[in-house]
Amino acid sequence: MTTVLGLYNYWIVVVLMMIGLYIVIANGNLVKKIIGLNIFQTSVFIFYISLGKVDGGTAPILVEGVELYSNPLTHVLILTAIVVSLATTALGLAIVVRIKEAYGSIEEEEIQIKDNKEC
Amino acid sequence: MLTHLPALQVLIPLMAAPLCLFLRRPHLVWMFTLIVSGLAFLISVALLQQVMVSGPIIYEMGGWSGPWGIEYRIDRLSAFLSLIITAMSTVVLIAAQTSIDKEIPKNRQIYFYILFLFALTGLLGIVSTGDVFNVFVFLEISSLSTYALIALGKDRRALWAAYQYLIMGTIGATFILISIGLMYQMTGTLNMADLAVLLPEVAQTRTIFAAFAFFVVGVCLKLALFPLHLWLPNAYAYAPSIVTAFLAATATKVAVYLLIRFTYSIFGISFSFTTLPLQTLFVVLGLVGVFVASTAAVYQKNVKHVFAYSSVAQVGYMIVGFSIGTTAGLMATLLHLFNHALMKGALFLALGAVMYRIGSVQLSSFNGLGRQMPFTMAAIVAGGLSLIGVPLTVGFVSKWYLVMASIENGWWPVAVLILLGSLFAIVYVWRIIEAAYFKDPVAGKEPAKEAPLAFLIPIWLLVGANIYFGIDTRLSIQVAQAAAHSLLGISP
Repeated sequence: MTTVLGLYNYWIVVVLMMIGLYIVIANGNLVKKIIGLNIFQTSVFIFYISLGKVDGGTAPILVEGVELYSNPLTHVLILTAIVVSLATTALGLAIVVRIKEAYGSIEEEEIQIKDNKEC
Repeated sequence: MLTHLPALQVLIPLMAAPLCLFLRRPHLVWMFTLIVSGLAFLISVALLQQVMVSGPIIYEMGGWSGPWGIEYRIDRLSAFLSLIITAMSTVVLIAAQTSIDKEIPKNRQIYFYILFLFALTGLLGIVSTGDVFNVFVFLEISSLSTYALIALGKDRRALWAAYQYLIMGTIGATFILISIGLMYQMTGTLNMADLAVLLPEVAQTRTIFAAFAFFVVGVCLKLALFPLHLWLPNAYAYAPSIVTAFLAATATKVAVYLLIRFTYSIFGISFSFTTLPLQTLFVVLGLVGVFVASTAAVYQKNVKHVFAYSSVAQVGYMIVGFSIGTTAGLMATLLHLFNHALMKGALFLALGAVMYRIGSVQLSSFNGLGRQMPFTMAAIVAGGLSLIGVPLTVGFVSKWYLVMASIENGWWPVAVLILLGSLFAIVYVWRIIEAAYFKDPVAGKEPAKEAPLAFLIPIWLLVGANIYFGIDTRLSIQVAQAAAHSLLGISP
């Protein structure tokens, strides 16, 4: 029971990760794929943030009378990763816009069919 | 000034990239980028000399010492890799302006150079940093700029290739991020040297096993090891020619570097090879990759596709050498990193020249090119011979060491398979030679002229290097051997 409830944050991470990866693999719509990628990355953010939590620790702000702080480093790391993920999403969507202009579709199958004709 | 070289090498391209926006004129930007890349090359030469003489350089960012601060650690392996990266980027850039005049619209040319510099920054950052999270950040800097560079290709399939690479690449990088998180969870440090000390104590836990698995899958996506190579052929084939030449010569090499760095320096070889069955897995995947990719290369109609598949096969050789796990095997892999950069740089630049004159790299358009573009085609022949591994070329040197290393280890079948794999290279290189020299040009088509000097100079520089380092192997072998020794902890 402790492994199920005590580690609930990791279960959330794993479930989100699988949902995200599944969308990326199974969905043919290019925008939905990017959304899947986002969910996948978000799960990693949650994973990092929950790593930094120290039992009984408070937010890492210097206040009198508090001895135990959570680890702030993982928050800082994940801020960087969020910026990276934002840039990836922006670039991905920009490419999708240009794919739509060039192919007239954002469905993977239709693009494949048009490509195969050219070869 | 001299003590800041490790940081400057990464910072100069990073700072130079936005400055390009102020120069506005593509030709000026080209000169500027060439100078920046040349400067980075000089720094890497200086660093390599320093490291070979006096051992690793540790540079503390902002004066904060590790493991708390971020440090740059240049050892022999890093210096060797940054030499390859900067040398290739500089040589490739000589032809850049001429090539992109035909392939990229004028108003986008400046962005090409900016992205190129960012990609260079990222690759140099990965090899110089001593902090695992920093590796992830630089990996994403180089990847994001690479996706955009590929999307600059004029064929619309370039967009589709860039999108697929973006999805695969991001999954790979995120896997590496997960792995870093798991390692941090167990050890509380991100510093590579510190991790190497702390990891063995907790190595027998499921968390570290998971971290290792995530890392291996993530990095294999990046280095295009079979069967995770599917993004590579189209990305190489439809990207602008200069981008292909640059990526083929550097990007997968840096991913191989990451694999070596993490397995040898951080996780430790006994953990990677003894506790976990990485060795068997990689020998099998590497060899299967060699054969599947080489077979695919034989059937391609687009010559860029041929050499892209051949790159996947060459990665297979590198992985086989890596998984032998002895000094000799590691040395063969490092040699092949260097030599493969020289061959593929020369070949893809020569294809860029063909693209420049004819506007196509389909095999059928090569008919009769042997007489029309003699110098370019001679370069493709020389590069092709090197790819096959004919004596007096660099390809022979690395194949020789690879075969010797596997025989030394008692792996006879592997040595035989490596040699068999080379036979495939003969077939796909021959198809191009046959078209260029033994078929008549298509009637009624205007004969193509020889490529301009802006192409011929860098191409023949690389072909010259292919032959020079095939005969005088002192530099490449000395450095590769020293790097392999220091990785395995043997004092030279």
